[in-house]
Amino acid sequence: MAGKIKRLLALGAVVLTTAALAWAGSDDQPKASGAPKPVITKAVKGEQCVEPNDFMRRNHMKVLLHHRDETVLEGIRTKKYSLKECINCHASEKTGSVAASKDDFCVSCHSYAAVKIDCFDCHSTKPQGSMAMHPLNAETAHYAHKLAAQANSKVSAEEMAGVAQ
Amino acid sequence: MSDMKSMSDKTPNSPERRRFISAATVAAGVTLVPGVMLIEVAHGRPEDQAASSAVRWGMLVDATKCASGCDECVSACSTENGWTPVAESQHKKQAPQWIRKLELQDPLTQMETNLPMLCQHCAEPPCVDVCPTGASFKRADGIVLVNRHTCIGCRYCMMACPYKARSLVHEPLNDTQKPDVPRGIGCVEACTFCVQKVDRGDGTTACVEACTASGHNALVFGDMNDPESEISKRLRELPTKQVRADLNLNLGVRYHGI
Ligand code: SF4
Ligand code: SF4
Repeated sequence: MAGKIKRLLALGAVVLTTAALAWAGSDDQPKASGAPKPVITKAVKGEQCVEPNDFMRRNHMKVLLHHRDETVLEGIRTKKYSLKECINCHASEKTGSVAASKDDFCVSCHSYAAVKIDCFDCHSTKPQGSMAMHPLNAETAHYAHKLAAQANSKVSAEEMAGVAQ
Repeated sequence: MSDMKSMSDKTPNSPERRRFISAATVAAGVTLVPGVMLIEVAHGRPEDQAASSAVRWGMLVDATKCASGCDECVSACSTENGWTPVAESQHKKQAPQWIRKLELQDPLTQMETNLPMLCQHCAEPPCVDVCPTGASFKRADGIVLVNRHTCIGCRYCMMACPYKARSLVHEPLNDTQKPDVPRGIGCVEACTFCVQKVDRGDGTTACVEACTASGHNALVFGDMNDPESEISKRLRELPTKQVRADLNLNLGVRYHGI
């Protein structure tokens, strides 16, 4: 009899502590804490994207879609909004690609947002030639190591929430 | 413009007349800027300008110069456009062949003919007629392409093409594509007349460059609408044929010596 009561008490204590822990956890941590935040690596080339970052985070797919039709159907090959130019700037220093490893530029956010794209079934994920040899990178290649040092920035939960809305 | 040119050809030696003509041309250039611009930039098109129907890209194949056993054009195409050569392919019957060499023999006389076969860039392309999605299309400058964003891989166009010019990519290419030449699994593809080079203003294709470099000079590429282009001059001089001319497709590839 005494044993039974003891066991019941112990069970009660366990349930209570678990509930309390869960309560505390939900209180002081942001909701997105479960998923690892995307790593946004600074582009190796260039200081500023063709549009402000906020705009590009929300609308890059729209401008790419518009540009792709003009390029394929009409042969217009302007550089602004061209996927090839995104890759030229954003290919990672480590992998030379925008989608080879999980921290590479395109993959990082898309996997966080659970977006599956098929761009790279057909498009190369690498710039033409090697990173340093690429004409677009030639000017900045010599200070690429500096950029790499200050490169990895975690996006804040607020920023991501802004993108997702 | 062409009227003016023929007039000046007939009266070559009058300086006054020449001055008058050049003044007239300048005036026309000022007043007709949009039209004139179109014609002037047709070849080295600025990147923000769409392909124009003032141009029709075409190729002349001189089969009398095409050498037996030579496949420079085929390997140049494979290198430029990033498709695996048939010899290296694991599934030879499915291997892409944007351009292939044919050796023909007349059974009566034993005469051999060599020629490359590729998409003929028909002016009336059957592949475009049958495509259910509109993915097969003819660009304004006569280049027939597949829009891989809308191709569903049904392969109707492969059946419709009389020249066996198209192939389907059966396997994932795993990022082996060239940055300039996107292509991938589940889409049909064919010769693009090196559209990436044409748009860059090279005015030629990888196969033509390779054939010329090998010293055979069997291929000429150019604008068939421009009477002064090399291809137009050669087409005026040489007797040429269209393969299966009976189909009346008005081909962009013409053969001499077949
Ligand atoms: S040769 Fe075949 S693929 Fe090329 S345009 Fe004609 S029908 Fe289409
Ligand atoms: S395979 Fe693609 S391009 Fe060919 S007919 Fe079907 S949808 Fe059109």
